[in-house]
Amino acid sequence: MRARGAITGAALLLAAIAAAVSAATPASAQTPPPAASTGAANGANSGQPPAQKLVTTLSPSKILIQSNFAGQALTVFGAIEDNDRSANYDAVVTIKGPRGAVTVRRKQRWGPFWFNLDNRKYIGIPAYIAVLSNRDVREIASAAVREDLHIGINALIPQQVARRGANDPEFRAALQRLRREQELFQEDPEGVTFVSPRVFQASINLPGRVPLGKYEVEVAVFTDGALEARRNLTFEVSKTDLEQAIATSAREYPIGYGLVIIFMALLLGWIASVIFRRD
Amino acid sequence: MQIYLPIAELPVNMMLLLGMGMAVGFISGMFGVGGGFLLTPLLIFVGVPPAVAVATQGPQIAASSMTGSLMYWRRKALDIKLGIVLLIGGIIGTFLGVLFFNQMRRIGQLDTFIAISYVILLGTVGTLILIESVMSFVRSGKGSTPRARRAGRHHWYEGLPLKMRFHRSGLYISVIPILVIAIFIGFAGAVLGIGGGFILVPALIYIFRVPANVVVGTSLFQILFTMLVATMLHASTNYSVDIFLALMLIVGAVFGAQFGARVGANLRGDIFRLLLALMILAVAGRFTVDIFATPVEPFSATMTDTFR
Repeated sequence: MRARGAITGAALLLAAIAAAVSAATPASAQTPPPAASTGAANGANSGQPPAQKLVTTLSPSKILIQSNFAGQALTVFGAIEDNDRSANYDAVVTIKGPRGAVTVRRKQRWGPFWFNLDNRKYIGIPAYIAVLSNRDVREIASAAVREDLHIGINALIPQQVARRGANDPEFRAALQRLRREQELFQEDPEGVTFVSPRVFQASINLPGRVPLGKYEVEVAVFTDGALEARRNLTFEVSKTDLEQAIATSAREYPIGYGLVIIFMALLLGWIASVIFRRD
Repeated sequence: MQIYLPIAELPVNMMLLLGMGMAVGFISGMFGVGGGFLLTPLLIFVGVPPAVAVATQGPQIAASSMTGSLMYWRRKALDIKLGIVLLIGGIIGTFLGVLFFNQMRRIGQLDTFIAISYVILLGTVGTLILIESVMSFVRSGKGSTPRARRAGRHHWYEGLPLKMRFHRSGLYISVIPILVIAIFIGFAGAVLGIGGGFILVPALIYIFRVPANVVVGTSLFQILFTMLVATMLHASTNYSVDIFLALMLIVGAVFGAQFGARVGANLRGDIFRLLLALMILAVAGRFTVDIFATPVEPFSATMTDTFR
């Protein structure tokens, strides 16, 4: 499994490099100065860096959960198209799972008991976050830039819903801590490796209990603490036919599903009584 | 070997599930109880969401009580009429229990509620059986006979209206107290994912003085049908019954129960009850720690709505 991943990884890496080179060559052959200048102009006037400076691929682009699913390796490749050979690049790859509302509860003493007495609600929280970078994100960009661009776990957690209670940073911190312990949130400052000064690779093992749904991958490249280019990719984690069929039938035909389970229980119980019959 | 549970949405080691089913089956076969009160906490401990753990108990308990009921049926040690009265109460209780379960889940107090109920229920039943078994030790030391059923002496609740005759159990009592007990057990079963055998067996013996030889069969019969109803209700209201999880647990439990039954048959009655009491109290103790001890992590986070 791991070996196969490495082989496909290497193949894709080559593909990414080839793509980067072939994309760069015709552009420079036809009109070299405008291609370079357009990129620079876009980056300067809008604050929205040109995506075409960055080529990215993702492998695999769809993750199917089968009955033996126990996690899956995911690899992102990126190639930066740039004529400026002197620039030093940093890359941050952010993987975000489907968003949902999360209620954080705190147990408090109530007489001799400990009960969930206090809670805060957060909406739009990704069910999974992985922030991979070639070095600590705090070294890559300033706190303000990271906050603005949603780089790092903390910047990805919106403030609580102002439904009840004061804004309590403890709850926000607890949410991050709990999800990190479950390995659903993670930051890896060594998750991105530059295989050449312009080509990088990010690898991550999605855990077995990874939430189902649509995932976003954001690849951001920085130079000297400023955003240089950004690309978004998506992939989906879904159940395979059998798993999906079971989950769907449980929801859509609950009576039939219940009857099948009841029949299974009675049948197995009866079989056991026949097998182990002693009289 | 990992297997992905389609409803619980997490991978679990298949051998672990089979082994857990087997261990619990062994104990349930040995003591004639469903074993749900052991398995639900174990599943929650492995990471199965409490709702799925509770809902998936139903088919597991149904399968082992099916085996048991058939066995007692062949020996004619089963009071169908009493069983049906218990069942009517059980179904009412289960229905109320599932409603309550879904409500608790909505307001986020399900885990706490399950823990407290376990402490109260297991603590009470465990203590009662423990006291009784110790008393019977003492009595057997003195050489006196345990209390026998005497004609003409009845508890007040046996004389309530709606009296009915149960031939096989040799009873002529009101169905009201029987229904009350059955409703309570059905309710507890649906909310806590337990069959209720460990409450029903002592209740039938001590409260209604049903002869010991029909108690286990009748209790299994009632549990079988109550659990079938509970499975249907859980499946149709909260969609939390996991078919793969149920299958693994049933296969493990069915085999474990056979070995357990053999060991149990060779145990002395009072030692048997003492062990049962200690085991029930141990589980109660585990939940007591949860409620009373200062938590290591006071926070918990639950995702409520996802957008897929």
